[in-house]
Amino acid sequence: MRDRTLWTWHIAAGAVILILLGMHMAIMHLNQSLGLFGPEPLAWESVAERATSLFFTVTYVLLLGAALYHGFYGFRNILFELNPGAGLRRTIDVGLSVLGLALFAFGTWAAIAAPGAATMVGG
Amino acid sequence: MASRGHPNRLGIWGWVGGGSWGFERYLYTLHRLTGLALLAYFTMHIFVTSTRALGPDSWKQAMDVVSGPLFTLGEFLVFAAFAFHAVNGIRLAIIELGYAVGKPIEPVYPYATSVGRQRRLASAVLMIAAVIAVWGGLDFFVLK
Repeated sequence: MRDRTLWTWHIAAGAVILILLGMHMAIMHLNQSLGLFGPEPLAWESVAERATSLFFTVTYVLLLGAALYHGFYGFRNILFELNPGAGLRRTIDVGLSVLGLALFAFGTWAAIAAPGAATMVGG
Repeated sequence: MASRGHPNRLGIWGWVGGGSWGFERYLYTLHRLTGLALLAYFTMHIFVTSTRALGPDSWKQAMDVVSGPLFTLGEFLVFAAFAFHAVNGIRLAIIELGYAVGKPIEPVYPYATSVGRQRRLASAVLMIAAVIAVWGGLDFFVLK
């Protein structure tokens, strides 16, 4: 894919992250001053409640994908600026794509799985 | 993006030196450093938070591992890095779209540059990021 297209997606992903990560930070880390999701967003009850919400599940997966793309494409830019040879560029492209997709698959499973589902299987 | 015909001879050294750079050059360096740090944190964050799928015991165990003053300080640094990277990212998008750089003018002595216009935006970025970081600091260390 052309670099211009990838770069445009990088900026678009940045805009998505700005909104979703801004929300995430406000809920998780400005919890005392704002209290949007209660003062204890990391307590299991609060985590389990968010896990059953369609809104949180969808935004988690969206944020996961946007952040992984933005992060790994940014990392690729940094590496490419060091003038790697054509072979190394190909390796970086394939390596970062595989790593990003694997993390996306794993993170999506964790976001979609019901809390505690992985330990309930067979038990 | 791949460079075509203009190889980057300075390499990583270009992040901190190699010329008489303007102030924005160091925002560029800080944007990359915070970006790399956020990517490293995010990768770990995926694994830590995925313990939710293993149930309450695993979750509480994971939260116990990442608690304590050292982790609180580390998380605050991540929050501050996020504040800078986000606000500076907005500046980069504004500049990329051609705003806030001034209109093209005739190149007549004394030559004006767009730096004077961009500089105000860069200063605003640092101030807004600092305000958000201090706000986060209150939540991390004072109000908790």
